[in-house]
Amino acid sequence: MQPQSVNISGIGKGFGADDVLKGIDLSIRPGEFLSLVGMSGCGKSTLLRIIAGLETADRGTISIGNRDVTEIDPADRNLAMVFQSYALYPHMTVRDNIATPLRMRRLPFFARLPLLGRVVAKAETLREIDASVRQAADVLQISHLLDRKPAQLSGGQRQRVALARALVRSPAAFLMDEPLSNLDAKLRAHMRGELSNLHDRLGATFIYVTHDQIEAMTMSDRIALMSEGRIEQLGTPDELYQAPATLTVARFIGTPSINLLPAEIDASSNIVLFSRKLGLQADGTSRGPATIGIRAEDIFPATDGIPARVLRTETQGADRFVTCQLVDDTSICLVMREKAGTTTGVDSEGLIRLGFSKTQIHLFGSDEKRCIVRQLEQVMA
Amino acid sequence: MLALRKYMPHAVLGLGAFVMLLPFYWMFLTSIRSPAEIFSVSLWPIPQKFAAVDNYSRAAGQVPMLKFMANGVIVCFGILIVQILTAVPAAYALAKLRFPGRKLLLTLIIAALTVPIQALALPLFVGLAKAQMLNTYFAMMMPFLLSVFAIFLFNQSFRSYPDEIIEAARMDGFSELEICWRLVLRGSLPSLAAFSVFSLVAHWNDLYWPMIVVTDTNLAPPPLGMLFFADVESGANYGALMAGATIITAPMVVCFLLARKHFIAGITMTGVK
Repeated sequence: MQPQSVNISGIGKGFGADDVLKGIDLSIRPGEFLSLVGMSGCGKSTLLRIIAGLETADRGTISIGNRDVTEIDPADRNLAMVFQSYALYPHMTVRDNIATPLRMRRLPFFARLPLLGRVVAKAETLREIDASVRQAADVLQISHLLDRKPAQLSGGQRQRVALARALVRSPAAFLMDEPLSNLDAKLRAHMRGELSNLHDRLGATFIYVTHDQIEAMTMSDRIALMSEGRIEQLGTPDELYQAPATLTVARFIGTPSINLLPAEIDASSNIVLFSRKLGLQADGTSRGPATIGIRAEDIFPATDGIPARVLRTETQGADRFVTCQLVDDTSICLVMREKAGTTTGVDSEGLIRLGFSKTQIHLFGSDEKRCIVRQLEQVMA
Repeated sequence: MLALRKYMPHAVLGLGAFVMLLPFYWMFLTSIRSPAEIFSVSLWPIPQKFAAVDNYSRAAGQVPMLKFMANGVIVCFGILIVQILTAVPAAYALAKLRFPGRKLLLTLIIAALTVPIQALALPLFVGLAKAQMLNTYFAMMMPFLLSVFAIFLFNQSFRSYPDEIIEAARMDGFSELEICWRLVLRGSLPSLAAFSVFSLVAHWNDLYWPMIVVTDTNLAPPPLGMLFFADVESGANYGALMAGATIITAPMVVCFLLARKHFIAGITMTGVK
């Protein structure tokens, strides 16, 4: 099966009085790895379940390829889903688990019955199914586990079985609902790599739901960041990191979290931070409060910078995160990322002066949307 | 002190077991004793005159014991099969499907659990009489074919079946009935075993309803048959009577022993005591 595009238009869904999805439009290209990411409760899982057909939307349409599937049963959408709990059939062996999607599709009702089935089913079809199962098991390196029951497998092995069960039927697209969240940290990092490889190998369309921005950043071609039932921003991981469209996106993407400073835009569009003009102007925003976001790696010690007290330093291998509390406003903490092993500009009293590059700041207006920042030619007093 | 704490629970449980088992032991003892010894209070298992052969052959020979047992099997399994066929889909719908009125139906089922069979006996009897269906197997089975207890028990146990597996099955192309019978019931085998034991024992031992709707000896299930037997013997030959009772109790004991493991898992899992 060729990878298919998935088109979502105007999808809305409410549970009781709450609108969980408020009109989602999204086009997923054939063969794309698209992540739906957001805090829990943002509607990402509901959207995935609507694509799968497990949930019905109140309005809007879903189409796969050129086929409108809005009213079609989950089984007939030809999608495969990998669940958070893996959802393997507990009483079946791994072999039967992987074979089940094919049996359900290719064998008639009587041939699927437990005992009678062996007699009724066509030997040729059974052989084909068996070959497909072996192939899928080979791809995921679980051939040696085929005769075990799910209860006898580790979390990582169950994960692979769930993936094999998904890919055995060559679906139009793969849907994944937080498939790595039940694994331990090390295995999760490993499976991220494997999932990426699998995606490259199959060239299939992946729609991947996660609350973990690292998973989304490392694997996706594009990310749709959702918040409160809307898509906040759709773009490549780099776009989301380097040009977050809203404050929500800026907060969500990146480890450590982006540093946020309260700022002001004055009547002549100058950006004012701690009562000092930065020599930057905001475009297309009226005066009022604003927020400046600065990534940890864009902060560095500077002799004329903002005075701060070092609270703690965390060394993470190559990098070091330094958390500092501002002297002027102790409610604000900044995190600086620098190379480990270098000497910081901390004086004997634990004080440091922090500076940042003016070209690297992100400005958000009072509506929390990104504003364009222009650098003034002459430095203001 | 420590030893006391260790053995005390066993002593208490042992005493309980003794009280529960004594009548059965007495029944068995009486069934192998000669009439002269029947009223002896000794619990010694070996009688002075071994009368088992005499008693059991009387019990088996004087009344059609096999016929009674066959009737019991027909009625009990007839009831059990229809109960399962109807209760499993109903419980699945209540436990796993969302539809308007679900809560109300569940409440009605719990309410129905509180209605005793005695309250319904008269209208059911009149109904069966008007339909000219007294003295049939169907009359003996009819009031029990739909079991709210079964629906309740399966509902409790189906509820714990993971939703994601059901959703995976829907995506794989299982129909709702296949999900219900092949996956969800498969995951609740202990409950099925527990319910089967409950149902078989209850209806095998039931005397009340068969006595109301059946007067034909040929249709009598074992307890009713025993009653006829007691009448025939004018209640005098206790040895043979107890031999008959032992014969009809044995299948239930075997049935329980076979399903014991599942039965216990079934009742502890669903919280039915």
